[in-house]
Amino acid sequence: MNTSISVELPGKLIAVEGLDGSGKSTQLYLLKRWLELRGLKVFFTEWNSSVIVKKATSKGKKRQLLTPTTFSLIHCTDFSDRYEQQILPLLKAGYLVLCDRYVYTAFARDAVRGCSRSWLRNLYGFARHPDITFFFDTPLDIALDRILSGRPQLKYHEAGMDLGLSAVPYESFSLFQKRIYDEYLAMKDEFSFVSLDGTVSIEEQQAKVREIVGLKLDLPLYRWKTIT
Amino acid sequence: MKFYGEGLPGVDPVNLVGKLIVIEGADGSGRSTQMDLLKDCLEGQGHAIVNVGLRRSSLVSEELNEAKKGNVLGEITRSLFYATDFADQLENRIIPALKAGFIVLADRYIYTLMARDIVRGADRDWVHSIYGIALVPDLVIYLRVSPAQLVERNFRKKATLDYWEAGMDLGLSRDIFDSFMRYQKLIQKEFSLLQREYDFLVVNGNRSVRSISNEITAKVEGLLGI
Repeated sequence: MNTSISVELPGKLIAVEGLDGSGKSTQLYLLKRWLELRGLKVFFTEWNSSVIVKKATSKGKKRQLLTPTTFSLIHCTDFSDRYEQQILPLLKAGYLVLCDRYVYTAFARDAVRGCSRSWLRNLYGFARHPDITFFFDTPLDIALDRILSGRPQLKYHEAGMDLGLSAVPYESFSLFQKRIYDEYLAMKDEFSFVSLDGTVSIEEQQAKVREIVGLKLDLPLYRWKTIT
Repeated sequence: MKFYGEGLPGVDPVNLVGKLIVIEGADGSGRSTQMDLLKDCLEGQGHAIVNVGLRRSSLVSEELNEAKKGNVLGEITRSLFYATDFADQLENRIIPALKAGFIVLADRYIYTLMARDIVRGADRDWVHSIYGIALVPDLVIYLRVSPAQLVERNFRKKATLDYWEAGMDLGLSRDIFDSFMRYQKLIQKEFSLLQREYDFLVVNGNRSVRSISNEITAKVEGLLGI
């Protein structure tokens, strides 16, 4: 793609990846709090949250109109909307941008659905790579237990029902998550994930996250410049 | 049939027995007119026809129209919306019709989308890679009409030029007429490049409806072995 995605920007991009139930969202939230309480410029964004694309995504999911390719493209559109309107401008404005899920979620999920891995990497070629990508490596059974123990209603695409792995949503979900996990493992070196053990306590994990962030980034640089 | 690139997961082009005919050209180039005539001719001969076109996908068309009205889309997002629309049409309309042996008449295809994106600064390789999902048509007819004629025909249809077809978002000129002429020339230049790469049949659209349709019919009959 173009060279500008490797140009250094005033802000820094931190992403978390992992399975549902891996604990990544909890950890990212705690990181956000720590940075905010230190008076730093922080912005948080999560997967699948663009307002413009939301309607089309839910319409597609409801009517089961989505194929692997359109599913992938619509999520890429959602991501690019947030990227162009928020992530990139805020990085240019010197913010710490925290992303709950990043392009690697698409690389994993969409590949499990059958999309070509090289096509996916090309598709997301406009996006910068994070300065730090945390991968919360939680064993499948623990992650599944956290999600499924409340016996929640698993939605069709969430459970990967379109893949025909099983007619039973919970079983489908488990098989789906296993494949996603394998995709993550296969890519973690390619994208220099910082792997964290998702089985230790929340506090221990957060201490590690803060340590890594503190070492990698010169945090005082991201203080608010305007007086409030 | 085959795909331009990586294709679509789960779709084997060997099963697609119909024919895909694409008609490309700017607004006012005569696409709709020619498509109607071609459809009549082919249906008259007993072929089953399906029409497909841009931004008619049920998945994203509303949102895309809304967003275009409000000028709230970033460039990459805009491109991706169109790509999603295209992919949806390809999978839910074009491919099923081809599997069933229909002749699909496509009102525009990936070439207009790529030209629009590239003229707006999109990375050429990026655009090509995304549209690697597209099927290679059996025939692509490009109705090339001079910008001067396009302008006249657009005005004849309605007394204003469309903001997007005039490329006003590009800031080529503060004057919409001027902008239209410049933009259409840029698009045509891009089409010349695409034409060589993608092997279009370039039809001189500056002629009468009848003479254009005769040329098209002859080419299509040749394709179908009539």
